[in-house]
Order: sequence, then structure tokens, then C-alpha cells
Amino acid sequence: MAVAHHEGAAVAPVGPVPTVVRPWPDPYLDPETHEAEGDLMVMNLGPQHPSTHGVFRVKLWLDGEVCIKAVPYPGYLHRGVEKLCEKLSYVQIPPIVDKNDYVSPFINELAVCMAFEALNAVEPPRRSQYLRTLGAEMQRVASHLLWLGTFGMDMGGALGGGASVFMHCFRERETILDCYELWTGSRFHYNTLTVGGNRHDVPAGFAELVKRTYRAIRDRAHEYDAMLVDNAIFRARTVGVGRVDAQLAMELGVSGPILRASGVDWDLRRDQPYAAYGEVQLNVPVRSGGDCLARYEVRMAELLESIRIVLDLVDGIPEGPIAALKPVKLPGAFKGKAGQAYVAVESPRGELGTWVIADGSDKPYRCKIRPPSYHAMSLLPYLAPGSNLSDIIVTLGSLDPILGEVDR
Amino acid sequence: MIENPWVWGAVSGLVVVNVFMGVAAWSIWFERKFAGRMQNRPGPTQVGPFGLLQPVADLLKLLQKEDITPKNADAVLFNIAPPLGLLTVLGGMAVFPWGPGAWVPADLDVGILFTLSIASLMTIPVWMAGWASNNKYALIGGMRAAAQAVSFEVPLLLSALVPIILGGSFKLGDIVAAQADGAWFALWPPGPGAVAFLLFLLCSLAEANRIPFDIPEAESELVAGITTEYIGMKFGLFYLAEYMHTLIGSFLGAALFLGGWDGPGPDGVHWLVAKGLGLFALIFWIRWSLLRYRADQFMSVCWKILVPVALCTVSAAAVWKVYA
Repeated sequence: MAVAHHEGAAVAPVGPVPTVVRPWPDPYLDPETHEAEGDLMVMNLGPQHPSTHGVFRVKLWLDGEVCIKAVPYPGYLHRGVEKLCEKLSYVQIPPIVDKNDYVSPFINELAVCMAFEALNAVEPPRRSQYLRTLGAEMQRVASHLLWLGTFGMDMGGALGGGASVFMHCFRERETILDCYELWTGSRFHYNTLTVGGNRHDVPAGFAELVKRTYRAIRDRAHEYDAMLVDNAIFRARTVGVGRVDAQLAMELGVSGPILRASGVDWDLRRDQPYAAYGEVQLNVPVRSGGDCLARYEVRMAELLESIRIVLDLVDGIPEGPIAALKPVKLPGAFKGKAGQAYVAVESPRGELGTWVIADGSDKPYRCKIRPPSYHAMSLLPYLAPGSNLSDIIVTLGSLDPILGEVDR
Repeated sequence: MIENPWVWGAVSGLVVVNVFMGVAAWSIWFERKFAGRMQNRPGPTQVGPFGLLQPVADLLKLLQKEDITPKNADAVLFNIAPPLGLLTVLGGMAVFPWGPGAWVPADLDVGILFTLSIASLMTIPVWMAGWASNNKYALIGGMRAAAQAVSFEVPLLLSALVPIILGGSFKLGDIVAAQADGAWFALWPPGPGAVAFLLFLLCSLAEANRIPFDIPEAESELVAGITTEYIGMKFGLFYLAEYMHTLIGSFLGAALFLGGWDGPGPDGVHWLVAKGLGLFALIFWIRWSLLRYRADQFMSVCWKILVPVALCTVSAAAVWKVYA
């Protein structure tokens, strides 16, 4: 599996480090050096705050309502998933990582299963590859819908237009979960992928349900644009707010829609095809604005693109077996090879990587998960200084962080 | 009718205040149903038929809560702010005419000024609550409320000046009487009245802390703004005051611009109630479909757009009054 190329290791500078004036603020600013008009207010935004989902804290230094420094403190949702992966066998890990990015569980399973397959040189059958692609794109739509709803909440509040956006997004999302329920038996944490293939084949009537569901969402998608982008207030709150510099984003390892909204045309589905993406026609939406509006546009375009892929794929799934290996009954029955593998997939939030090191037992020796949200969150100290408190909330919402994935 | 103005004022005031409190309570039911329908869900259904007893359940829940004054809060200010807030809202009802003739608790000559100034006093209890809570979110909310009040009070008063000029009186009853037989100020004279009506509606949204101008509350930014530390009935009083404010703003809009009790068929209080509740529902409709402005954007909208437009409207109304 190809890994993104980087230039050779940077040589440590000798002598005094030249001061580089960069287009972004200094996240390590000493608040003492800031000349405030009055006193600075230190505010702990979260963990008990409606916009931080109860599991995230940012310490803000506010001059009036304008932030001069922000320090994020993740870790409130740390569940030791990576350590659990060392204690559980390969068969038991997919249902655990479901809970990492709890908005797109299917893609989490896909990432670890593909890493284990790369480690053991197992190639899932073609039908399984197509089903994985289909499931991943279905999940992307659900994930973007949830983001859209919460983004509206960040701007409109739970007692206002934002809640209306939220409820309507959830109406669509529920129908998607119905599709998954028919397929895997669960609405959310599926446990449907395993090393070497899938565990559940799609049942009769699945294609019809998916087509009906996704066509309905596609036909209603313009309503969100009408309610948000065509609204002067939405534009006033998003245009030019939280502008992410492409260079900064790449230095921090940010990927996915945030990077594409800053003008970098990089999508793992197209640039490092996995599963059946090599055989799927895929348009990657890119915007150059880098602000909250650009991120909104990229995600909405991706939503429609994923719906199109789902509708294209659902009828063309090749026949055949869905798993390359015989299903195992005991958790420890599957023994992995020794070695290591890194596999990255494009989750709705960016590059979701799994790096697995194995010693030949039935458990991985180490399983490192690279969550895209963690890197997106590291943008916050750069974006918050100079912003109004209200803009920080909108910016945070537009980064689409899932704290389960950040903290693992 | 009762001849003694003191007795009349007390009796009619009591009736008006109680009826209004009840209407405000059931308007919460209405809003929840309305918002539910807008959001593809049924709204309250469990308490009573169609969930009609939901406000009672809400009230009982609020009354049961422990009454907490936070440590380090300024206890006196913290505790008098909610009743004071409700009081400023209720005071504005005193001069409101409910029908032709003597249907008014206290017929002040400067009734409209009295109502608007009493209503704008609401900023003080809000700022008191924000300061006394000893909470940073509440403090920011209170500061936003003060800054917001300074901005929207100017266009609000200017837009109310248009019906005063056109009606030729500061007395609410006279202003309504001047719109008799369908000559509503929102429709006639064309131009200034309609614009002033829109301005008044916008500023009423701001006055009542409703989206898109619910900046002091802004629960996605400030948790609950000024009410962050309030619990139980103290929170309930603020909540009620907010609804009463919206309600009074709607009725005032109906009286100033939509002809009050005037309408096809027999005139009377039924027309006023219909118009007032119609405007009230319109405010809910706006509330549940728009997003929120940022504080500085709201102020720039107020000072750079609303104030100049309001000034032009007032001038146009004056010109009309003199030459037409």
C-alpha cells in the first residue's frame, strides 16, 4: 500500500533560528505579552458546553470577546482503544473500533480490517470489495448529514433555525440507518467487516430500499442549500470565518474536506484507490476559499457525489463469495503473520489510518489509529486567535471533529 | 363601568396581567407544537389532550426545583433580577387599549412612550443577572444584552415615531382610532408605514431576544447566556418575561401599524387578539427558520442600515403629514 511521499528528513538548523513571519497567529503566545485594553478573561469552553459535545475543553484567553490564545484539552472521551486492540484478537477488534468515529462506524471497521488484510496478505473477494465501497459511501452520506445538522446548531442554536436543520438532517439519516439495519442487523455499530471480507451479505430488497432512500435524500438536498447558503445570515457567519491556510493544514497533517476546501486536491479514494474505488468513477470537489463556507460547500458536494456513487454501485455489485477466509468461531482461532502494515482510507473527516505491528500471535502487538479529527483539532489554536467567541464556535463546528476519534 | 380610576386600574390591570400570563404560558405550548410541526415531529403529546397541559407540567417542574443562589454571586441582585425583569414587561401592559373607548387600564397621554420605555428597562435586570451571577458566560451575555439594547432601541423608537406622526398623538387609543376603516398605517400612506412596520418587527425580535437576534442568550456559544446560573422559578420568570415581551411586541405592532381593533365586520377586541397572535406566530416562524447574527454584525446592521432607514421613514412620514 503506497504511503504519501514526504521529502527527506529536515536538517536541524544550526545557530539562531530565523524568525519566520507566517500568515497565521502564534499558538504559543504568552498571554502576558498581550496588551489588552482591560483585563484578560480566561474562559474554559467546555467540557460542559453545548458546542463541545460535553467531551472537549478549550482554554481561551479572551480580550473582550476576541480570543488571543486557545489551548485545546482533549482526552475526556479517552477509552484506551489502542490498548484494547493489544488485548483483543483480530476478530474482536472491528466492533471495538466502531466506537472511535461513532458517526461513521463502517469506515472505521474498514480501516482496521484493511490493515489486518494487508498484514496477512489476504485479498477479499470482489463482491466484498464492492459491498465495502457501497457501505463506505452510504456511511459518508450519513456522516455528512449529521455534520450538517450540528453545524446548523452551532449557528442557530437548539432553540432556533439550527434545530430545524438538525431535525431534518436526522430525518434523512434515520432512513440511512434503516438501510444498514436491513443489511447488518444493527443501525449503528455494525460489526459487519472482518479480516478477509464481510460478515453479512445484502438481503433481498436491499437495492430497492437503498435506491428509494438515497434518491429521496438527493431530491431534498437542495432544500438545505436554500435554507443555508441562500440565507444572508449564514453567509455572514461563514464567509471568511476560520480561514485555513493550505500550507498550515498540510504541516499539521490535516486531510479530507478541510484540506480540499483550502484548495489541495487530495483524496485517498482517488489517489490511493482501495476496495473497489479503482473501478468507480469519482469526482473530487475542491474549493479554494479555505473558510467555513468552502468547507460547507465541499461537504455538500461530497454528499451529492456519494449519493451518486451509491446509486451507481448498488445495482452493479458482482456475484460471488463475500469473504476470502472461512469464518472463525473462536476469537483466537485466527493467527496473524508477524510484520507491520499501514493502511489509510478516506473517512468523511480525512485520512483514517491504521498502523498495525504484529508478532504472529492472535493479537496485534500494537495497533496505532491515526484519526483525521485529531489533526483537524490541532488547527484550532491557529484559527481561534483574533476571532470572536461566536466565530470560534462556528469554526469548531466546521472542522467536524468527532471526539470519540480524537481521544480514542 | 367603574368610575374610580384607581379601582378601575387595579381591577382591569389584574385581569389583563393574569390573562396575559396565561396566554404567554399557553403560547409556549403553541410554540412547541409549531416548532415540532416545522421540524417533522409531533411536539408535546403526552400531558393532556394534544399536550395542552404541557405548560402546567413545565411550571410544576420549575416550582419543584431547588432554589440555588450560587456561591460568590451577588445574592441581592441575583435574586431580584428575575422578578424585576417580569415587572418591567408587565408594566407596559398598563396603557394598552383593548378596544374603542374605555377599554384601557390607564389611559396615559403619552402611552406609547410609557410602554416603550418600560419595555426597554428590561436591559437593566438582564445586565444585573449577568453581572450578579459571577459566571463568565452570564457576564458576556449581559454585556451583549447591553450593547444590543443601545443599538436596537434607536431604530425601535424611530419606527414607533412614524405612527405617532401619522396618528398625531402619543396616546395609543388615538393612534388606533386614527386607523379606523382600514386606513392601517402599514398600508396607508404607502411607503413609510410599511417600512416602519418591518423595522418595528425586527427590533421587537431583538427586544425579545429572539433569533436572529438572540445574541445575549446564544446557547451554542454562551451555554444559556444570562440565565446560565438560574434554576427553577427564577429561570422561569426570565423565560416568561421573554415570552411576554414577544407577546407585547406583537400586540403593540398590531395596534400601531395594523389598525388594532379595526377590521371588517364589527370592530372589537377580537380583531386585536387575532392580529396580535398572528404577529406572534410570525415571530415563531422566523425564530425556527433563521440562524443567529454575531453581536458585532447585529450592531453594524442596526447602526448602518436600520437607523438611516428609520430616519428616512420618519422624514417621509412627516412630509406626508404636512403636505398630504
